Amino acid sequence: MDLKDKLISSFMAFENNVDVEHSVHDVRTEAIKNFELKGFPSKKEEAWKYTSLNSLQKIDFSIFPREENTLEYKDVKKYFLHEIDSYKIVFVDGIYSSYLSETTHDGVDICLMSAALTKPMYKPVIDVYFNKVASKDESLTTLNTAFSREGAYIYIPKNKMPKKPIEIIHFATGNEASLLLQPRNLVIVEENAEVQIIERHQSLTSNEILTNAVTEIFAAKSAIVDYYKIQNDAATASLIDNTYIDQKDKSLVKIHTFSFGGKLTRNNLNFYQNGEYIDSTMKGVTILGDKQHVDHHTLVHHIEPNCESHQDYKGIYGDGSTGVFNGKIIVEKLAQKTNAFQQNNNILVSDKATINTKPQLEIFADDVKCSHGCTIGQLDEDALFYLQSRGIPKKEARALLMYAFANNVLESVRIPELKTRINKLIAKKLGVNLGFDL
Amino acid sequence: MAYTEEELKKELETKEYEYGFYTDIESETFPIGLSEEIVIAISKKKEEPEWMTLWRLEAFKHWKEMVEPEWANVHYEKPDFQAISYYSAPKKANPNKSLDDVDPELLEMYKKLGISVDEQKKLQNVAVDIVMDSVSVATTFKKTLAEKGIIFCSISEAIKEHPELVKKYLGSVVPQKDNFYAALNSAVFSDGSFCYIPKGVRCPMELSTYFRINQAGTGQFERTLVIADEGSYVSYLEGCTAPSRDENQLHAAVVELIALDDAEIKYSTVQNWFPGNKEGKGGVYNFVTKRGLCEKNAKISWTQVETGSAVTWKYPSCILKGDNSIGEFYSIAVTNNYQQADTGTKMVHLGKNTRSTIISKGISAGKSQNSYRGLVQVNSRAENARNFSQCDSLLMGNECGAHTFPYIEVKNKGAQIEHEATTSKIGEDQIFYCNQRGIDTEKAIALIVNGFSKEVLNKLPMEFAVEAQKLLEISLEGSVG
Repeated sequence: MDLKDKLISSFMAFENNVDVEHSVHDVRTEAIKNFELKGFPSKKEEAWKYTSLNSLQKIDFSIFPREENTLEYKDVKKYFLHEIDSYKIVFVDGIYSSYLSETTHDGVDICLMSAALTKPMYKPVIDVYFNKVASKDESLTTLNTAFSREGAYIYIPKNKMPKKPIEIIHFATGNEASLLLQPRNLVIVEENAEVQIIERHQSLTSNEILTNAVTEIFAAKSAIVDYYKIQNDAATASLIDNTYIDQKDKSLVKIHTFSFGGKLTRNNLNFYQNGEYIDSTMKGVTILGDKQHVDHHTLVHHIEPNCESHQDYKGIYGDGSTGVFNGKIIVEKLAQKTNAFQQNNNILVSDKATINTKPQLEIFADDVKCSHGCTIGQLDEDALFYLQSRGIPKKEARALLMYAFANNVLESVRIPELKTRINKLIAKKLGVNLGFDL
Repeated sequence: MAYTEEELKKELETKEYEYGFYTDIESETFPIGLSEEIVIAISKKKEEPEWMTLWRLEAFKHWKEMVEPEWANVHYEKPDFQAISYYSAPKKANPNKSLDDVDPELLEMYKKLGISVDEQKKLQNVAVDIVMDSVSVATTFKKTLAEKGIIFCSISEAIKEHPELVKKYLGSVVPQKDNFYAALNSAVFSDGSFCYIPKGVRCPMELSTYFRINQAGTGQFERTLVIADEGSYVSYLEGCTAPSRDENQLHAAVVELIALDDAEIKYSTVQNWFPGNKEGKGGVYNFVTKRGLCEKNAKISWTQVETGSAVTWKYPSCILKGDNSIGEFYSIAVTNNYQQADTGTKMVHLGKNTRSTIISKGISAGKSQNSYRGLVQVNSRAENARNFSQCDSLLMGNECGAHTFPYIEVKNKGAQIEHEATTSKIGEDQIFYCNQRGIDTEKAIALIVNGFSKEVLNKLPMEFAVEAQKLLEISLEGSVG
């Protein structure tokens, strides 16, 4: 039985465990129908031209973990941003770990999707927001919707800001030979509220893990959302991340994606600007080696006038790795005075590495400023020589230049401890110790 | 501006589509429809040798199995391939006769088009091959060229007289089954131009082909083959017009360029097929495959000014096979009213130290849609490949669209690729500045558009540049209120 059939037949079993009276039931049923129709995307589809899911589909993934697994905090401490205090929503093999987590209902709701989907008090919110911005058409998103049960639920009411950042971490322990995880997150930030979120997927095993995550973010008027995705997973873990963002007037949403690990990573970032004076920012640093594959797929849909979008993606590709960048900007007829900028810079450090980039601008309004820049090149030999002539060994000199290359993106990280952490990750990935902070 | 305000005014009054006349020339047209018999009949009509007939039939076989491509960002009613006549020839024309024997009515038409063959022969030092309804009707300057060993004739003549060259190169860059329209063209092409520049020869004059669709209900399928032997140079021009008609006409041409070691080919196009009327009715469907192959140290440069056609689907490409070869692409695409254009280029870097430059300027006005679609591909063995691409779009009015789809695929670490794309409109302050200095808005726009397209216009041969500049103004007249 292939993975698609297995998923479809598992849906029945899944249905037995959830409340079929709830309105979400209809949403799930609708979603599985779409998935059944579309199946997994193939390379024939333009959006998946450079990324193949064939090898993943051959793996016999477990869809429901059999038993709970516990982790000791000391064993996984290093994956937390432990230097500062934070709210934590932790999942182990897809199951919520109350022991490792720290949630709250004090003024803001930082809790679980499973609670939000079942408890009547959340129903009004779920009815308004759940599956409202996520695609009802894209097959992998609908697959997630069909099995949506667990994930993070964050609700920040008007004028509020949580005291500390929120960490969402998914651990995979390898209890199963291979595991498919489908977390579903919902983030609602009301008018004038603000939130900082750090998301991480971490496999602790060499067993195959595939995560197909969907996150819906709603930023109301003047809301600020600062979202960091850290992707430094094990070499047997693959991630398909689908993030959908709905923005209203004057809101600001910034998403930073740091991709250093994993076997196959696909990021689908979709911004919908449903208001004026909106700012959408997405930035990313990708450093790959071995046979890793990262595919960044962004969409910014400018629907109303006077909005802005900024994209800045930097990539360094070594060994036999493959990088893909596909940035789509659509400017509707109504969206006059739009400013949309997109930048994608890449360095290839190996002859076996490949970069495929395809920016896409579709513009229907005339009074706009849209630009897009893309470069593929190497480190500047002169700069390298300059550093070496001042006594910096070649390896460190190269690393220093790569740091400088990625720095634009790092600069806008607003949590200092996170920035240090990412710097260390980059140093580790580049195999150097600079002995100083940048 | 090279001409006065009076002249501009006059031009604008007649700007509808000045090449939209129909000349009543008796012509011989095949019955509509496409079948193996028609392909054989075309081949027979052209008195082609057997290998050519077989070649066509093979292409037809492939075509039958292919489906029309749909990925382009254009929407149109698909042509009914069984409702087109695949061969139409002006009856009195005979490609082998000298210019004096050409039907005076034909010559009259060319005068109307502003490409008087006589005049050009004497004054401009341009050798012209004229193709009407896919049949070559006149080739000038043959003798002068022959002295240098240059072969410049219609492709049907070449098939008969230089079969060794045609056999070797025809379909070598664009194979029969390359794509739907290339296969169709390979099966039914009725004529086109052929050009061969021998080793080390620098062609002393510009070579030019002029295409016109005259007959109703016909498709034009011409085939151009340009071969520049080692160390030679040629500059080639191509111009196109069609009469105004309510129905859509199909134009599916194939152009193959072969630049052997150290050779250089410069290929310029001013495409002004009938774009359809203001309501988007009629117009030519322009589905063209153009590709060039560069051997060692060779250079191919495509320059195009696209102002016509209802739907354009065209990607002049360079295969940079030899080491140190160079590919260039300069393009201006203007769309107005209901025109749609999906055009761009492909640069395929295979050899070491290969370089390519892409400059594309798109101008959309009215309700038109203008897309740039390009591919820069660097193969794993293409050390030190270098590419620079720039795509700028200018939007006029809020009902048009500009789209960019650049694909970049790199498999070599030595590659240096830069790509830039911008979209903007004509600044009000720029127009205000001109107005303030007594330049009216219409002229100011012409001025700004000219400045916007200058990088490409500069690449055109002199006489074409002037024509192209005028064309730009005419195409955009009335697009900004």
